[in-house]
Amino acid sequence: MTMTEDLGATMTETPLTRSYDKSRFEGRDAASRRLGDEPVAFELKDWSLYYGDAPALKKISMVIPERRVTAFIGPSGCGKSTLLRCLNRLNDLIDSVRTEGSMKLRGENIYDRSVDVADLRRRVGMVFQKPNPFPKSIYENVAYGLRIQGVKNTDGRIDEAVEKALRGAALWEEVKDRLDKSANELSGGQQQRLVIARAIAIEPEVLLLDEPASALDPISTARIEDLIFELKEKYTIAIVTHNMQQAARVSDYTAFMYLGELVEYDATETIFMAPEKKQTLDYVTGRFG
Amino acid sequence: MPGEHIIQALDAEFAKLNELIAKMGGEVESQLDQAVKALMGPDPELAKAVIAADARIDRLEQNVDLAVVRMLALRQPVASDLRNVIAALKVASMLERMGDYAANVAKRSIAIASGERLEELKSLPSMAGMVQDNTRRVLDAYLNRDVEQAIAVWESDRDIDALYDTLYRETIGHMMRTPDAVGAGAHLLFIAKNIERIGDHATNIAEVVYYLVTGKMLVADRPKADKSSYAVVEPKT
Repeated sequence: MTMTEDLGATMTETPLTRSYDKSRFEGRDAASRRLGDEPVAFELKDWSLYYGDAPALKKISMVIPERRVTAFIGPSGCGKSTLLRCLNRLNDLIDSVRTEGSMKLRGENIYDRSVDVADLRRRVGMVFQKPNPFPKSIYENVAYGLRIQGVKNTDGRIDEAVEKALRGAALWEEVKDRLDKSANELSGGQQQRLVIARAIAIEPEVLLLDEPASALDPISTARIEDLIFELKEKYTIAIVTHNMQQAARVSDYTAFMYLGELVEYDATETIFMAPEKKQTLDYVTGRFG
Repeated sequence: MPGEHIIQALDAEFAKLNELIAKMGGEVESQLDQAVKALMGPDPELAKAVIAADARIDRLEQNVDLAVVRMLALRQPVASDLRNVIAALKVASMLERMGDYAANVAKRSIAIASGERLEELKSLPSMAGMVQDNTRRVLDAYLNRDVEQAIAVWESDRDIDALYDTLYRETIGHMMRTPDAVGAGAHLLFIAKNIERIGDHATNIAEVVYYLVTGKMLVADRPKADKSSYAVVEPKT
């Protein structure tokens, strides 16, 4: 066989594939978790919220998995804080608010008439952007929730719970020698951890964090983020943040909201590496305008 | 939502990165073209120029590396932006390697310029042409973020492999029949292998384009037609 004959035999024109069989080529994406595999804490179905006639949340359906960190991101006014406040019925305090759809915590409808809202808020604790310690001692701040539940300090029960909560909030070593000092003497970062200690002292199931580190310096922020990472061992955590890097660092799942709608919700890796929706891509890459 | 970045400088940096890759790709295409011309001439002076010009590609790769590290440090890109910078880093490294292979073709062309011209040399330009074509097409696919085009390149590498495989067998056969041709034949085998490797890198770039565009890894096994690694050639008795 001569070379030329051989050339004739092998040089076939490969047609330009204009569409391709994805199943043949496509490997897995970067996500290490799948929402569908997780046990469910909250389940929302067509959840809407109106301030008067103005819709603030539009038919949101999602599950918030147990003992994971779920981050809510989106531009100001997208409804992320409003949604977070629905999870422990804080919006009940606003007269003009009306809601539709269903919201369940471990299968139980938390908007049912029979639900004791105080009990719900014990199960679903909340920490806000600005640390809000009570003007009391460090000790009393943490003991507060237990005292209003009627727990007495017999056999040092409250002492024990206070220490446990302060350790849990990574604050114990810094305050153990001055528990009777005013909480206002603590730094902003310490105050925020104190508020977290206060929230976990009553052993809630869920912690809602609304911009918990946005008023803190980078070192205090790093400590709060470390703490969030530890806390998810025991608690289901939902966090609202406008710091996208923070969402990427601390969360397992990320929900992107825009104009009251849940645009995309997936494993955090997927949202930050290869989101499906263009709106999400534009937001996480800073092309949002 | 407009596609313009809040930090518009970032888009300018992406454009610059694309420009660098396009320039590197252009250099690689031209180096391969010139190296094959120097081989077929033979033209040792042209070969020397090709060898010297390889440093240009190396410098361009360094510029891409610096730009990427800077963007990672200062812009913390995510999602498609992150894939963009990672892809540029990988493609630049592949193009640099392709440039090295072209320079090696030029070096070997000097070694065989004065000796006997093997018949098998004649099929090299068409093989090199296919490799050049794939290099150009895959760079277009990269610059246009065209995943279909990338797959077409990826699949067509099979034809280059088949051609290389034939050339390999024929050259070995020639060397066995004509012991005087062994020196030139060995060079020819390396030259052909270098060109075939440039084609392989074009398919590697196609895989990067796939990831860049889809965010998913390309997992299918590439169709291969180069059996020379398994070839045992025995003299005819």
